[in-house]
Amino acid sequence: MADQTLPLPGTVDLNPSRGAAFLEWLHSWVVTVDHKKLGILYAVYAIFFLLVAGAEAMAIRIQLAIPNNHFLSPELYNEFFTMHGTTMVFLVGMTLIFGFGNYLVPLMIGARDMAFPRLNAFSFWMSAFGGLLLYFSFIGGFGLYGMGSAPDVSWWAYAPLTAKAFSPGHNTDYWALALIVMGFGTLGAAINTLATAFSMRCRGMTLLRMPLFVWLMVVTSSLTLITITPLTAAQVMLIIDRYLGGHFFDTQAGGSATVWMHFFWIFGHPEVYVLILPAFGIASEVIPVFSRKAIFGYPAMVAASVGIAFVSLSVWAHHMFTIGMTSVSNAFFALSTMMVGIPTGIKIFNWIATMWGGKIRFATPMLFCTAFLFQFLCAGLTGIMLAVAPWDWQLHNSYFVIAHFHYTLTGSFVFCMFAGIYYWYPKVTGRMLSETLGKWHFWLFFFGFHMTFDTMHFVGMLGMPRSIYTYEPDRGWSTLNMIISVGGFIQAIAILIMAWNLINSYLHGAAAGNDPWDAWTLEWSTPSPPPDYNFAVDPVVRSRRPLWDIKHPNDPDWKYEQ
Amino acid sequence: MSTIPIFADESWRLPSRGRVAMFCLIIGESAIFTIFVVAYIYYIGRSTYGPTPKILDVPIFNTVCLLSSSLTIMLAEREIDHGRMRSFTAWWALTMTLGIIFIAGTAAEWRDLIYNHGLTISTNLFGTTFYSLVGLHATHVIVGLVMLGLVLIFTLTGHVNQSHAERIQVLSLYWHFVDAVWVVVFTVVYIVGR
Amino acid sequence: MSPNFLARHLYSCEKFLSEFEGLAWWPRFHHAAAWAGKEPRYNQPQRPAFPSASVCAAALNRRANPSTANTAYVRLTTLSGKLWRMQQRKNQFMSRSWLLLAACVFLVASSLMAAERQPVPKIFAPSSTAPQTVPSIFAPASTPAYEIYNLSIFVLTITGAIFAVVGGLLLFTIIKFRARKNDPDHEPAQVYGSTQIELAWTVIPVLIVVVLFLTTARIIFAIQDEPEPKSALNVTVVGHQFWWEFRYPALGIVTANELHIPVSTSQHPEPTYLRLLSADVDHSFWVPQLGGKTDLIPNHPNQMWIDPHEPGLYLGQCAQFCGIEHAKMLIRVYADTPDEFNAWVKNQQKPAVEDSSVAAGRVVFETQACTNCHTISGTTAHGTFGPDLTHLMTRATIAAGAAANTPRNLYLWIQDPANFKPGALMPAMQLSDQQINELVAYLTTLH
Repeated sequence: MADQTLPLPGTVDLNPSRGAAFLEWLHSWVVTVDHKKLGILYAVYAIFFLLVAGAEAMAIRIQLAIPNNHFLSPELYNEFFTMHGTTMVFLVGMTLIFGFGNYLVPLMIGARDMAFPRLNAFSFWMSAFGGLLLYFSFIGGFGLYGMGSAPDVSWWAYAPLTAKAFSPGHNTDYWALALIVMGFGTLGAAINTLATAFSMRCRGMTLLRMPLFVWLMVVTSSLTLITITPLTAAQVMLIIDRYLGGHFFDTQAGGSATVWMHFFWIFGHPEVYVLILPAFGIASEVIPVFSRKAIFGYPAMVAASVGIAFVSLSVWAHHMFTIGMTSVSNAFFALSTMMVGIPTGIKIFNWIATMWGGKIRFATPMLFCTAFLFQFLCAGLTGIMLAVAPWDWQLHNSYFVIAHFHYTLTGSFVFCMFAGIYYWYPKVTGRMLSETLGKWHFWLFFFGFHMTFDTMHFVGMLGMPRSIYTYEPDRGWSTLNMIISVGGFIQAIAILIMAWNLINSYLHGAAAGNDPWDAWTLEWSTPSPPPDYNFAVDPVVRSRRPLWDIKHPNDPDWKYEQ
Repeated sequence: MSTIPIFADESWRLPSRGRVAMFCLIIGESAIFTIFVVAYIYYIGRSTYGPTPKILDVPIFNTVCLLSSSLTIMLAEREIDHGRMRSFTAWWALTMTLGIIFIAGTAAEWRDLIYNHGLTISTNLFGTTFYSLVGLHATHVIVGLVMLGLVLIFTLTGHVNQSHAERIQVLSLYWHFVDAVWVVVFTVVYIVGR
Repeated sequence: MSPNFLARHLYSCEKFLSEFEGLAWWPRFHHAAAWAGKEPRYNQPQRPAFPSASVCAAALNRRANPSTANTAYVRLTTLSGKLWRMQQRKNQFMSRSWLLLAACVFLVASSLMAAERQPVPKIFAPSSTAPQTVPSIFAPASTPAYEIYNLSIFVLTITGAIFAVVGGLLLFTIIKFRARKNDPDHEPAQVYGSTQIELAWTVIPVLIVVVLFLTTARIIFAIQDEPEPKSALNVTVVGHQFWWEFRYPALGIVTANELHIPVSTSQHPEPTYLRLLSADVDHSFWVPQLGGKTDLIPNHPNQMWIDPHEPGLYLGQCAQFCGIEHAKMLIRVYADTPDEFNAWVKNQQKPAVEDSSVAAGRVVFETQACTNCHTISGTTAHGTFGPDLTHLMTRATIAAGAAANTPRNLYLWIQDPANFKPGALMPAMQLSDQQINELVAYLTTLH
């Protein structure tokens, strides 16, 4: 193992006890700087918190299944929905994308490791500890009404609700500090990814020959640099307000609540693109392989991704259409939000064109990617609806918005992540995941997802706002909420099936071999799991699909690519 | 991979990872500073009470020191590029000295503001934005000074030689960034804001 | 660009055919034609050579051995016939696509015009006798809500069409191009892209965005920049944690949680202009049937207007998370006929009812610190932290809709607000049973 130093002769215990062997194994994971191990750590961490945040969501849905329910008190409900959002975005989303990125980027570009392995480890542990700090809030400190101090100000934490005057407990402090800590981790991971992609590519791999997943990680990491940092800045300002008596968001001393909104959404909107772009990368790897065709329009895909990143920096105030900006500002942000749909639409068309004329094998990864395409189309269209500012004046802060962003986050991001898990699990572990359980997972999750989030659009259009712990029985929302909650349970069962699949296949799955999917990027040329050094010989590539060139020597890609 | 024909004789040049990483760090830090600068600019004139920016003295001497330190660090880079370790050490130490003078000057300015004018971070909105922006910059200078100090110690103990020129250049990129930020902060706080 | 690069492009088969058309529409295909080393196009004779005979022969030989067949074989043997058919289809596609574009433009233009004049069908509208308690955005009752409704139908049509087209394409693709068991065991034709197709599906979305943006901007300006007429009623709304304060400055009225406004007809337009302020954190005023929501932000006054066309009760609630009891900050808007409204105003302008039989309760009110937070005009109570109680019994609910306004509920509320709204900022005053009963008796006289 690369993490262990060579032992002196005579000092190795050739018959370690089971306890000693276990400790040795654990130690190797704790001190590792290997990108593959860190990628696995990120992913395991993310999946664990997916289950935790999912449990929080189930508690929310039980509370909302019937009107005037008493399952959760208002204080606990507010803590749960805040933690659900914060956990899903930061502890699941950001960690999962950097988990995939860490594992795959060096393998895909033919490198031996990331550019800065120790920075890599530092970033992971900062993120991990930030998350643990966030969850410590449930038991730490004095809590408001004795309910623990978990953040309860919603995940966007508007001022002045977060001021000391209106949030006297430590809830907001845990939120700000945990996310500042995690932000350093994320920043390190982004810098590392960029340095790796620019400086560690194997011979022959020009930027326009990198796999699209690597491209999207590059774009994501670049966007992260200027996305996470505004949040860090705003949270530092919040801490200054709360602890040093500052007045940044003190509306009675000249400060402004809208300034927080602007700073938060300057982070918040590009953040969701940071989350979705790696998911696009996964789709861009899975769809071609399972359609048996090269990706359609690679240069356009790269350009569209970069375009999305740029345009997404100009749309943030579409979260603020109702705060009383001038009509000209509202019109500008409506236009920019609609424009970000154009490169996104281009990507959808390119994926469909990839599948067109192909031979589509519907293994589990492809099932998830196909559902992603439908769902992302819907998500984009409801996004256009929300971009229409006057309509947003009705839909803002209603369940329609929740439905929209769950379509993008669950229906697109999570579906693609699942596709990625089923696709690369054989490479990571050397075992195939059970296809039967995979299909059960897919169909149950798909069914439950649509049951929940399709219905949510309607209950939002019937006037139900978000962030409410209960609702009046005569508003016509009761039945719809019950349907939403039942769908949530079906999704929970599907996730449990996936968790079981992951564990069981690790122990009893079929051996995978190097290249179970007959794919074309460099990671499939290594054994499964890859050795510490990744490649015995540094690869040399001539096209975007080096393994296609090997498998089809009479018909290689490098003859036809531009 | 022997079945793939080896590439033509093109050389395969990639950017240095240290440089790429430092540029990325600079971009990220610039975003943080931008947010604080935007807040400062937006809040100019909006304090409802308390001291105004009129009480600020323009720190010309400090600025000259800090900007000269950019020059001296460039000269230090040049020295180590050519392997002239003694003059490198001299220029490097001069850079650090100028940086320390800047920090000392800032400390003196703050002492004056706090005790003679009664301006603290909690006094009013101007105090909050002023101390947080200038303080953020000062923090970055201090971190830079710590790194410079480490390099100085390693140089004086003889561990640094010409082969480390690349890494020195990466570090001096950070120092140049800190100076560039000061130009912006100085303009916004002492020129535009007053 | 090197000659090699040019040659690669200029000697592919589709270029061969496009010589006759002047246009190359079709995707860039893999091909097996020898391309390396050809001269750049401008040096070539009029008709560049088709793939050389030897290459074709080799490919045809491979046909005899399907197990060694590779992708190039598939493309080459079918290429010429396929290309010809593609060229035919391309011509049809060209003319069809212009027709399609024209149809789209016509559809868009006609719906734009139609949207202006159509009468609005009320979705989810109840029977005329039963009150509408579902605050649906598709049951508009006021001009801003109508305008948003019309815009939303237009946008739904466009997005529905996009969904049908793209979703249909996707569905078609996954059915038609799925792998079948008895498929020959080679890879399908590898298509890397097509500049023309990609340009088309960039340009069309841009046009759709332009149309959507222009209609959106028109409605934004129509609603936001509507000048305030002289006949407008001005109401100041102050958001509190967790109740609404309504002040009518011109009429000298202060009330809470239930807003009475006059209906506004085309003969007598009387819109209500709401000035939105906040006493503590961010709130948002949302009554879906009457218009979009606007936020109440401390130190950031906002303005919105509504003009209900029909008398009735319209429901809404706070739509910006404002703390622990955000969920129970409900709004009831009564659109009154002119007579009803005038009667209501007259009543509200009177001081509190004085009934000597409940004097004991009034004493409790004035001595038990209630006056610190509440106002009852005509008494010594002038507190402003809590709602004005002068005409408490004219309201249907208490605690911003958390409970119906009945003596029993009043009792429970005063005994401990956490009975209905745990986290409300009104403290439990630790009054004795008798004190609360007297108090309730007094409050129930405040009509």
